[in-house]
Amino acid sequence: MKFPEHLKYTPEHEWIAVQGDTATVGITDFAQRELGDIVYVDIPSAGKELDAHAPFGTVEAVKTVSELYMPVKGTIIEINPRLNEAPELVNQDPYGEGWMIKIRLSDPSQLNELLAAEQYQQLVGN
Amino acid sequence: MIKVTPFHAFHRAAGAHMAAFAGYEMPIYYTSIQEEHLAVRQRAGLFDVSHMGEFIIRGPQALDLVQLVTTNDAAKLSDGQAQYSCMTHERGGVLDDLIVYCIEKQKVYMLVVNAANIAADREWIIQHNAFDAEVVDISEKTCLLALQGPAALNILQPFTDVDLIKLPYYRFVKTSLLGFKPVLISATGYTGAGGVELYFENKDQAAETIWQALTEAGKPYDMKLAGLGARDTLRLEMGYCLYGHELNPDITPLEAGLGWIVKWNKDFIGKPALLQQKEQGIARKLVGFRLIEKGIPRQDYSILDMEGRPIGHVTSGSFSPSLNQPIGLGYVETAYAQPDTPIQIRIRNQNVKAVVTSLPFLKKS
Repeated sequence: MKFPEHLKYTPEHEWIAVQGDTATVGITDFAQRELGDIVYVDIPSAGKELDAHAPFGTVEAVKTVSELYMPVKGTIIEINPRLNEAPELVNQDPYGEGWMIKIRLSDPSQLNELLAAEQYQQLVGN
Repeated sequence: MIKVTPFHAFHRAAGAHMAAFAGYEMPIYYTSIQEEHLAVRQRAGLFDVSHMGEFIIRGPQALDLVQLVTTNDAAKLSDGQAQYSCMTHERGGVLDDLIVYCIEKQKVYMLVVNAANIAADREWIIQHNAFDAEVVDISEKTCLLALQGPAALNILQPFTDVDLIKLPYYRFVKTSLLGFKPVLISATGYTGAGGVELYFENKDQAAETIWQALTEAGKPYDMKLAGLGARDTLRLEMGYCLYGHELNPDITPLEAGLGWIVKWNKDFIGKPALLQQKEQGIARKLVGFRLIEKGIPRQDYSILDMEGRPIGHVTSGSFSPSLNQPIGLGYVETAYAQPDTPIQIRIRNQNVKAVVTSLPFLKKS
């Protein structure tokens, strides 16, 4: 299982990659394995500003449905357009082509509250 | 204390995603539910379903006890025949669905029941045993493997003298396999993909030996280990009921579309209540439906009519790997049970359009 060093993580199993005042968000390798085959990614919140921990969408797997949570406060500026037709990208490449949203950070200081790769890895027991 | 089956170490070694199911830690999937599902439909899959319960009913009046506690007509069975049936209580609600195996007509039967109901079923049967029959729960020591899919018989054939292709659906033979005996080879399953189920006692490392032989023999056919997740999506495509979802003590077999396993030419517990319901007509009925918009129906979601009025609830739902669309089962008011009736499923504050669909979802090609 992969936990890239350059990412920050949440206990709800999202990752975030910061590029200046924007960031890319997805779910972790651990999360996609727990969910199993993902069949829909539903993100209805384009353009909205959402608080940290607020749900921004849902991911439906064959067996279960799970909410997606904002790692930090931000405005959703882009949704991965390929997930509509190819939700399996989240299983295949959770840190790459399976990214979910891009956000503009409202409060970059919140990034300090997130987990480093090693801390997240310990949390999920790997 | 959570129980494990004799195949537990193999599941672990294969990297299975395990979860508690009916008191057992069972494999839900190994690599992917959809991959395992499609392997079973197209080639073969091997399932450990040893958590299921098995009772032997034995004695001169064994048949009388089986007839009293089950709704189908077990008197029709000859040696080597099996039958889908259910147990109902006095008000006609379903206590369990099961398979009755006729091992020796009149005298010896095996009942195969759901893992979650083993203790309650056993008590129920013993409580109604006015026939001096011996009721033996052999669940703990019995292994059950389901080898399912179009290549299943090819995989098993080298290990047995039984001509498997000549074993009709719902027939079984008591035979030997890899030197172990008795092994019961049954042309049954819960997938609609064909294949067999193997019942045997785990002694002298039978579990290990048979598992290894089958997984090795399955390699040329690209057989996959398959978990309970794929088992669930496979049965759902066939419209088969699952206890705890489509069936429970508040549902009658008539409502569940199981009228074909309720026989009126014999007496059984719950018959008067079911007869009355049959005469009055049922108010709700189990239907299949497919979504024509995005979403996955899940158990307990509301089913609405096109005006948004609640008309029932979802009992099972998933994404069908074979049909590549979301499907489900649920109870609706009888007026909405006709195929092609438009309905809606309430999925997290949204009404998603669906249509009632005849079962099975997966039509025979």
